[in-house]
Amino acid sequence: MAPAVPRSGDAIFANVERVNAELFTLTYGAIVRQLLTDLEEVEEVNKQLDQMGYNIGIRLIDEFLAKSNVTRCVDFRETAEVIAKVGFKMFLGVTASVTNWDNEGTCCSLILEDNPLVDFVELPDNCQGLYYCNILSGVVRGALEMVSMKTEITWIRDMLRGDDAFELQVKLLKQVPEEYPYKDDE
Amino acid sequence: MAREVSESCMDSLLTEIVSSYCNVLYVSKPELAARRIEAIGYQVGHQLSERYTMERPRFSDHLEAIKFICKDFWSELFKKQIDNLKTNHRGTFVLQDDKFAWVSRMSSTENSGSTQEPGIGNKAAEASSMHLYFPCGIIRGALSNLGISCAVSADISNLPSCSFVIRIKV
Repeated sequence: MAPAVPRSGDAIFANVERVNAELFTLTYGAIVRQLLTDLEEVEEVNKQLDQMGYNIGIRLIDEFLAKSNVTRCVDFRETAEVIAKVGFKMFLGVTASVTNWDNEGTCCSLILEDNPLVDFVELPDNCQGLYYCNILSGVVRGALEMVSMKTEITWIRDMLRGDDAFELQVKLLKQVPEEYPYKDDE
Repeated sequence: MAREVSESCMDSLLTEIVSSYCNVLYVSKPELAARRIEAIGYQVGHQLSERYTMERPRFSDHLEAIKFICKDFWSELFKKQIDNLKTNHRGTFVLQDDKFAWVSRMSSTENSGSTQEPGIGNKAAEASSMHLYFPCGIIRGALSNLGISCAVSADISNLPSCSFVIRIKV
């Protein structure tokens, strides 16, 4: 029997090396601040954060697969559940929930009520267009791309903009068939 | 219990700070990239030392403040203390961490073989030194918040050990 897909990342998180979240949170805040100074345009900062997240995601997926023992997900619904319950937990120590599915099962929302990235954070008035947590959407996009799923990720709700939770809409654009770089008979 | 995140989150951020500033934002200006990375660290150190000294009396002298960095501050960040502290008693302090977490997975460039093309070792050395501006900034920021202005540099010629040299400005 195949091992069951873990339903929570608690055990993995308990076993990984961990660091003080204040250091992490303040470091992320300092990065955003510095980028705002250097890039000036809020839109450019959003892009750079997304790119940094993407770069992190394409590497973090390896650690995720190695440590989580998850097997291939049967559909995108299962993928979303695994990200929310196992992925978020094993790295950030918090769990997201999955809701707002469309009829096709290709678009849903990840809801994060507790988010270590924004402890101590308040956005000043001149940063209203900033997606402060844009690095997160980049991470999810990058990680999914490495397992053959092209996604589009949009922030729907943002606690820093006065909403009651963080809501990240994940839309599956296409599933890229696995291609091997060579043929067996060549 | 204080909130924690996986070590990979912090390591990933560090990697991305260095790669964004060196490979994207200030491609051919390493000295500008270095200054920005240091500034990010400074901000973090400044804020953290504010938090960690909230319930303490003022430090009576430089040595007391440096000891605080070596013990309490370092323990909060790295779950260990600085292993060795030296000073010339004229404002220079050397803090040695025998196994500094942020360089512990770096390969040492010096004993990586002699057949290498010249230049590769240099590039690697340059890349690893870029990773040191962030912790140097943290120390400078932390001390500056305690009213001590200083310059901080780091030496990793003996990996995974890392020495931070603090020169207090008088």
